[in-house]
Amino acid sequence: MNQTTDVALAAAEAQNSEFLVFSLGDEEYAIDILKVQEIRGYENVTRIANTPEFIKGVTNLRGVIVPIVDLRIKFNLEKVEYGGQTVVIVVNVEDRIVGIVVDGVSDVMTLSPDQIKPAPEFGVTLSSDFLSGLGSLEDRMLVIVDIDKLLTSDEMALVEKVAE
Amino acid sequence: MDITDFYETFFEEAEELLADMERHLLELDVDDPDSEQLNAIFRAAHSIKGGAGTFGFDVLQKTTHLFENLLDHARNGEMALRRDIVDTFLETKDMLNDQLDAYRNGDEPDQEAFERICKTLQQVALEEIGKGLEAAGGDMPQPDGGAKSEPPSQSAEPEADAEPSSDSAAGAGAANDGCRVVALLGVGEKDRELLVEELGQLGEVVEHHGDEKRYEVVMESTVSDDDIEAVMCFIIDADQLEIRAPVERADQGEPSATADAASDEETAAQEAKPSAAPEKAAVASDKPKSAESKGNDKPKPADKSKAQPKAKAGSESTSIRVSVDKVDQIINLVGELIITQSMLDQTVSELEGPANGNLVNGMSLLQRNARDLQESVMSIRMIPMDFVFSRFPRVVRETAGKLGKEIELVTEGAATELDKSLTERIIDPLTHLVRNSLDHGIEPPDAREAAGKPRTGKLTLSAKHQGGNIIIEVIDDGAGLNREKLLDKARESGLNVSDTMSDDDVWQLIFAPGFSTAKEVTDVSGRGVGMDVVKRNIQGMGGSVQITSKPGEGTTIRIVLPLTLAILDGMSIKVGSEMFILPLSAVLESLQPAKEDIYAMAGDDVVLKVRDEYLPVVAVHEALDVADARTELTETIAVIVQGEGRRYALLVDDLVGQQQVVVKNLETNYRKVPGVSAATILGDGSVALILDITGLHRLSRQKKEARRHKPADRSLESVTDNEMETSS
Repeated sequence: MNQTTDVALAAAEAQNSEFLVFSLGDEEYAIDILKVQEIRGYENVTRIANTPEFIKGVTNLRGVIVPIVDLRIKFNLEKVEYGGQTVVIVVNVEDRIVGIVVDGVSDVMTLSPDQIKPAPEFGVTLSSDFLSGLGSLEDRMLVIVDIDKLLTSDEMALVEKVAE
Repeated sequence: MDITDFYETFFEEAEELLADMERHLLELDVDDPDSEQLNAIFRAAHSIKGGAGTFGFDVLQKTTHLFENLLDHARNGEMALRRDIVDTFLETKDMLNDQLDAYRNGDEPDQEAFERICKTLQQVALEEIGKGLEAAGGDMPQPDGGAKSEPPSQSAEPEADAEPSSDSAAGAGAANDGCRVVALLGVGEKDRELLVEELGQLGEVVEHHGDEKRYEVVMESTVSDDDIEAVMCFIIDADQLEIRAPVERADQGEPSATADAASDEETAAQEAKPSAAPEKAAVASDKPKSAESKGNDKPKPADKSKAQPKAKAGSESTSIRVSVDKVDQIINLVGELIITQSMLDQTVSELEGPANGNLVNGMSLLQRNARDLQESVMSIRMIPMDFVFSRFPRVVRETAGKLGKEIELVTEGAATELDKSLTERIIDPLTHLVRNSLDHGIEPPDAREAAGKPRTGKLTLSAKHQGGNIIIEVIDDGAGLNREKLLDKARESGLNVSDTMSDDDVWQLIFAPGFSTAKEVTDVSGRGVGMDVVKRNIQGMGGSVQITSKPGEGTTIRIVLPLTLAILDGMSIKVGSEMFILPLSAVLESLQPAKEDIYAMAGDDVVLKVRDEYLPVVAVHEALDVADARTELTETIAVIVQGEGRRYALLVDDLVGQQQVVVKNLETNYRKVPGVSAATILGDGSVALILDITGLHRLSRQKKEARRHKPADRSLESVTDNEMETSS
């Protein structure tokens, strides 16, 4: 490998970002790995009454009360099951800790900027506002979710509205 | 690191110094002032001035400078103290506080206020100095007058020399020799400049030279060594400073040894000038610094216990300042430890056999240690009520002065401890109550005499522990509340009252919004906005207010507060398969409702007759959509609870038990949930919600409302519609 490619590679690497890939049903989604605090199993969630259905409740994360959101319900997936494989990704969003329930975590991917395509206008359930793009990886397509925007959005009702 | 890193240290220290100053000022006996106290006040002002100068807080520095001069005269007996002068001093102290706050927030202090206080102080200086000691009065320079009335300018500096020169005549506390050498050891260049400038304000710097290892400043000053040290300690450690008198002007550069041998060790350790022995071992090197820390060109912020002048005064400070976040973190971790421990305990108790004897013993030891640990950790957050009470002598003194009343303040139980967050929040309501008692409660001296009472009214502040609560009382020996007047006033204000109301209920009227019995609005109280806020604040802290009053004998206002907001005595209840916590303080009793005591009201409202009272029934399973709960009223348990002065009957499935729970905020990561005040973590590691009684009642009413309107308007409460169908 000669020097020029080295430099080019390094430059490209600098712009590459790493994503955690998880699955909801048959679809593959990705979020910025830097937002992820930890991954744990789904257990011991205390239901909170009078909240939207996709908010499963709260759980105890080493002494901190953390809300748990089921993205499968939020995204209107047909099959929502809780089992040993159900995984909670604990993310850090704007100084808040939130757990999101997904069907499984597959791997960590590095995507270069040219692998990320802009998200088309679509979606009633998942507004393209909450997407940072679509990642193409050979024959796979990853839906890259802007987890900050999604979790702090009004429709998630996770954050107190100022007006209230 | 730059100098702004030390701002916070300075602010905190200055705040403490000001608090100290106020305490001394209040304790001061104007007729026979204790010179130690005057010195302490002076030192406080002086240290603040020094720090302010160093950090470039001009206004603060100038104000303290003026103040300090006055204090200096006072402590030298050149100025007779009077009550109104002390009042001016207190006012100055307040002003300093304001200025400090302004700097802390990155603002410039109020220029107008600054000029006003300067004028006042100058006035006092002009009028009073010399009255104390005729002899010393004559040679008083008067530069006070001119230079200061204008806002900060460098012109303020010269008279710093001019004035203290008068106290060399008086000689109290000041060095007997005006000239001295201040040596800075291991101080970086930038700080050196600051320090020299600083010294320039204490006196005249004749010469300064040297290198980082040892930098000598020769100065003329009448300020005492202690004071110089106090000022310097804002920047450097005490053992980086060495003050002595020069043997001769000529050999400042190479000072030779003087007679005093006591402090040789320090100099020797530094090996800078082996021959030099400081004449005055003003600097005690109680913490031998190693050579490398001397070499640091930026010194660490001074060790607090050493830097504070009050430490020198003998009361060695043994506390450390820790951020509340860190303490909360420890409390959190200990809470986790306790949970883990009880999980282990559970597992161990299921084991059997003699082989596990050691394990069982170890577990019980672990349990005890964990509990002890939790208790000690919780006590970190507790601070004595003295923190609150100590500000009341001032409030009482001023309010009484304004109202022309004579009042003696008695505090009891100042050592009673309370959670820090609560102590901070109780100050405002308590101040209001005290003012109120002074204004409305205690009569003017003449009226008191006419009623056969001593002219001086007595106001007692007391604090004591009772169970898991702290009880704070404001007791006055005034006229007591007037039942008729209160009722009349209430009718006037359109409140719903009757003559048959119990005394307790009548007294509670004073907490109604917009209610005031004062004939005139004074600037002390009487606008009627205060008391309802007081009550709300106290309720916000999870407390309650009670009043007892006897005509002619006085009024007692009693505040009952939980000791801490971090821990709650809870009653765990079960509804369906879900566990909830009720604050034990709200629970009055529980009973099994009998069929004949249940009355249906219009629509689907239900009331429960408990003895002579009809209580609204709140079904927890309805309000919180618990699917698998018992719905037959007579099978449930009614817990009679009190919230915001009203009683409700909560229907639950089971009472599980009482336990102390650690309160966890839901809003940290989530949001406020109706009917729920907070959450906690149970012994098995799961989360349980702590119920908010009034919120729950509101919620259940909303639900009923929504259900009634549902066929017509489906959009109402759309979120919960689905669940409601299952529960109804």
